[in-house]
Amino acid sequence: MTSTIALETRNIIKTYQSDSGLINAVDDVSIQVRSGEFVALVGPSGSGKTTMLSILAALLKQTSGQILLDGVELSDMPESERVKIRREKIGFTFQSNNMVPFLSALENVELMLRLNNRLDKVGKLRAQELLARLGLAERMHNLPGQMSGGQQQRVAIARALIHNPSLVLADEPTASLDTERAFQVVETFANLIHEQNRAGIIVTHDLRMCEYVDRVLQMQDGKLVKEYTGKSEILEFINGTRH
Amino acid sequence: MKKPTINEPISDFVTISGYLAVKELLRNKGRFFLISLVIALITLLVLFIAALGEGLGNGNREYISKLDADLVVFQAKSDKVIASSRLGNNRIAAIRRIDGVADAGGLFTSNAAVVFFNGNEPVKIALLGIEPGKPGEPKVLQGKQFRKNLADEVILDKNTALRTKLKIGDTAIIRTTQGEKDKFFEMVVVGITDGQQYGLQPSIFIPYQTWDNIRSKSAAEIGSGNPVANVVILKLTDPKAADEVTARLIAKVDNIEVATIDESIKALPGYTAQQSTLSTQGAFTLIIGILVIGGFFQIQVLQKVSQIGVLKAIGTSTPAVAVASIIQIVLVTIVGVFIGAFLTFLLSLSFPPTVPIVFNGGTSALAVVALIIIGPLGGLVSINYAARIEPLKALGLSS
Ligand SMILES: Nc1ncnc2c1ncn2[C@@H]1O[C@H](COP(=O)(O)OP(=O)(O)O)[C@@H](O)[C@H]1O
Ligand SMILES: [Mg+2]
Repeated sequence: MTSTIALETRNIIKTYQSDSGLINAVDDVSIQVRSGEFVALVGPSGSGKTTMLSILAALLKQTSGQILLDGVELSDMPESERVKIRREKIGFTFQSNNMVPFLSALENVELMLRLNNRLDKVGKLRAQELLARLGLAERMHNLPGQMSGGQQQRVAIARALIHNPSLVLADEPTASLDTERAFQVVETFANLIHEQNRAGIIVTHDLRMCEYVDRVLQMQDGKLVKEYTGKSEILEFINGTRH
Repeated sequence: MKKPTINEPISDFVTISGYLAVKELLRNKGRFFLISLVIALITLLVLFIAALGEGLGNGNREYISKLDADLVVFQAKSDKVIASSRLGNNRIAAIRRIDGVADAGGLFTSNAAVVFFNGNEPVKIALLGIEPGKPGEPKVLQGKQFRKNLADEVILDKNTALRTKLKIGDTAIIRTTQGEKDKFFEMVVVGITDGQQYGLQPSIFIPYQTWDNIRSKSAAEIGSGNPVANVVILKLTDPKAADEVTARLIAKVDNIEVATIDESIKALPGYTAQQSTLSTQGAFTLIIGILVIGGFFQIQVLQKVSQIGVLKAIGTSTPAVAVASIIQIVLVTIVGVFIGAFLTFLLSLSFPPTVPIVFNGGTSALAVVALIIIGPLGGLVSINYAARIEPLKALGLSS
């Protein structure tokens, strides 16, 4: 299967005004992610990962540069259009505060379909299957307040995938999981991205999670400094940074 | 001109708004019920103030407002206060001759008490002398109208009948003071009218010549000449010609002033001041309601910043978020107003008829509408705030 480019950025720059003058939180980043490709964004704290992800999520406007999602330029869209792009074409999970607190796990996932006016019997079944696959079969009717941070992260993953988005973004989804759970979740996540042919980007500081991705993008001071492709190169990178 | 873009059919986002609004209400019943209860209490207060205004106003104006008449003639410089106006026979006769006056009747006011020999408390009443068959005589609901100007007969208004428990055919004992002495007069009850309170008192109607005989008077007044009316109540051949008839009256009859029924009511002692005091209180209660509701929802929305941020981040449009807030506020307000109205109804059942509280359908409905409007009005600030929450900031992704 020949995969198409789902996401492309060209020379993205995001400049912030800080006490010590202007800083480029994202500095001239150009990337391409194909459908069915799972990419990790890594780098030290403050390197611009969250800023980059927010720009890709159409939540933050870049200072300059272009973003094309399925070939459509996002930069010049008014907020009302961007909101539509967010609910139709993008799925994402945040570091925390992920869920709508008054909706159950299942309702949170279904909400994505509701927002797109696409909630039907099939959708409901798919939402349940997805939650079950993420190990939440018993938790579907729990409210967020009754779930652990890790369980909430997994609900968020289901919500990020349920509406068949082109692009799935996850910011530190394993931060509140124990190691074993974290591996499981990222593996499931990777499988779903591959099966469903989405373009996926995961931000993580836990390099071991890169085992499941197809490509690693390393950021430093807002710049894209290195790229690792292929199983062996990635494993080398993981092991190389370990000591 | 292009309207702000809403890239979705209205029905879609209203469905989403309704879903979010109702789910949140149901999952936080306690919190929302609390504010409904506060609204219920405000409703109770507003409805009672309105009912008190209605009751007091009614007690003051009831007789005048129910007159089947068009104009009231006062003595000049009486400030249209019935008690301080005097119109003698000559002037009444002159008034009757004016073109356009179909009929005229004197109103003779005084106070008295109905007493009982069985030890029951006396009931203070307005003793109103009227001319049988002339404007000013109320229609009886039971019994019969007067036939003679001089007869030991009385007609009770409904309130007097309720409080004295007198029935048609009974004898009412009316106490007045003449000179230094209490006098007691036995009068047969011949008719009962609907409510005809006058000066916040229940009333008793009596033919004017008998009125003059039994009314309270000073020693000097005893046995002195003809009864003197306070005002004359006019029915016109053409009610639309009130202005012309008024002009003619003023031109041809000395020393009078003329008022419409409405003007006469406004001139009742204390009436306008009392009504405006009560409506000011009602308005202030509504304003307090707006502030309370506004404060509550503002605190709510401050607590929900990240929740609203998530909703917007995953693609809920700003109009959908705003409409969800409006739906919640409206529902909470309606539930509160409904509970408040029901509580008011329950409480009103426990009031004795002597308490001047009257629930008038129109006034209550107006108050209810005003109360339902204060919710969204109070919530405006919070809705605006919710609409402006930026998803990114709300998620704490960017400082
Ligand atoms: N709203 C902002 N205003 C000013 N500086 C910001 C803002 N958001 C992020 N930054 C700065 O941009 C840089 C990148 O931040 P971030 O994207 O959060 O990095 P990461 O997620 O890799 O830790 C940091 O130096 C941070 O201080
Ligand atoms: Mg970060």
